Amino acid sequence: MASGKRPEHKGPPELFYNDEEARKYTSNSRMIEIQQQMSERAIELLALPEDQPCFILDIGCGSGLSGECLSDQGHMWLGIDISQHMLDVAVEREIEGDLLMGDMGWGMPFRPGTFDGVISISALQWLCNADKKFHSPPKRMYKFFSTLYASMSRGTRAVFQLYPENSEQLELLTMQAMKAGFTGGLVVDFPNSTKSKKMFLCLFAGGPSQVLPKGLGTSSNEMVNKIAYSGTRDRIKERRGKHPKKSRDWVMEKKERARHQGKKVGPDSKYTGRKRKVTF
Amino acid sequence: MKLLTHNMLTSNIIKGVTKGFPLQIAATDIKVTEVDFNPDFISRMISKVEWPALCEAAESIGHLGDLPKELDPDYEKNEEFLKKAHHVLLEVEIKEGELICPETGRKFPVTNGIPNMLLNEDEVGK
Repeated sequence: MASGKRPEHKGPPELFYNDEEARKYTSNSRMIEIQQQMSERAIELLALPEDQPCFILDIGCGSGLSGECLSDQGHMWLGIDISQHMLDVAVEREIEGDLLMGDMGWGMPFRPGTFDGVISISALQWLCNADKKFHSPPKRMYKFFSTLYASMSRGTRAVFQLYPENSEQLELLTMQAMKAGFTGGLVVDFPNSTKSKKMFLCLFAGGPSQVLPKGLGTSSNEMVNKIAYSGTRDRIKERRGKHPKKSRDWVMEKKERARHQGKKVGPDSKYTGRKRKVTF
Repeated sequence: MKLLTHNMLTSNIIKGVTKGFPLQIAATDIKVTEVDFNPDFISRMISKVEWPALCEAAESIGHLGDLPKELDPDYEKNEEFLKKAHHVLLEVEIKEGELICPETGRKFPVTNGIPNMLLNEDEVGK
């Protein structure tokens, strides 16, 4: 996924992830880093019991980058992927988990109650496409979610990092997941940034009711909807909708926006937005 | 493919197959690799594993060793037993061969240690 275009549009996954594309996942350090960051966040969202080695399913495991993060944390995992080339790379990298070749739209071939958790990094959006004449995305999604639900232990979680193309796709996926019996919803990290925004579909398989974890960079979001001082509204602000440029408010607003996007921002102080002394 | 995975795998995604477990193994190449022993994980997995199916699978590829066919109720404390179970579950790997569905006889090839569970269009269940 190094280029900007959506890989789902280019062709079916078993053909898109060819030898050349699979190599990128071992040589391109940027791609590896992003994959690892997302895997770590997904594992965090799984909220596995501490100090207990678990058996995890990795859907769309590819070359096993996400599995490596699981191994690092002492878990055993089983990966499933549709691309032969990606799996070959995984074997070459001598990963610790076990591998399986399969299509998620045809159901998960496992015994009931097998897994303590499920992760999937950038794979779910492939289900939205009909790559073959007989494919029906909603049916494939339902088949996938219902068989997945059965193969998970009660009270465990499935976390899918995904890049939905539009809100309809997301709605369809969530609807099919709920139909299959899952509860839960979407966790969005850094919702105000186009670049570091990440979506995680966090699903719970039965058990006691669980609270959906919060996305990163959303902690101060509640304040945005409220007006702090409704009595002292600035007239200029009212007229233009924005603070005058170079003013302290303007600087503060910029900093706040950058903070939402997860960027590094210096702390606010009494010197923030203050004019420098005129010196000769 | 490890025998742990085999024990979790079914062929119930094929149309008309209800249980699809356990899959028969016809192995042509078996490799034994060393894996770190983790007693907690093994005792947790034993509670999930179908023990008779595991023994049957291990026997069919000749790697049963002296693993008891009946599960000892106090297996969690028996480290020697856990080590044997660890060997069979995680260290014995099927590199080449076939998995055979017990109900339809459909064969799933195993190449380079990866079972191919892909189906044809007409085999997919509704």
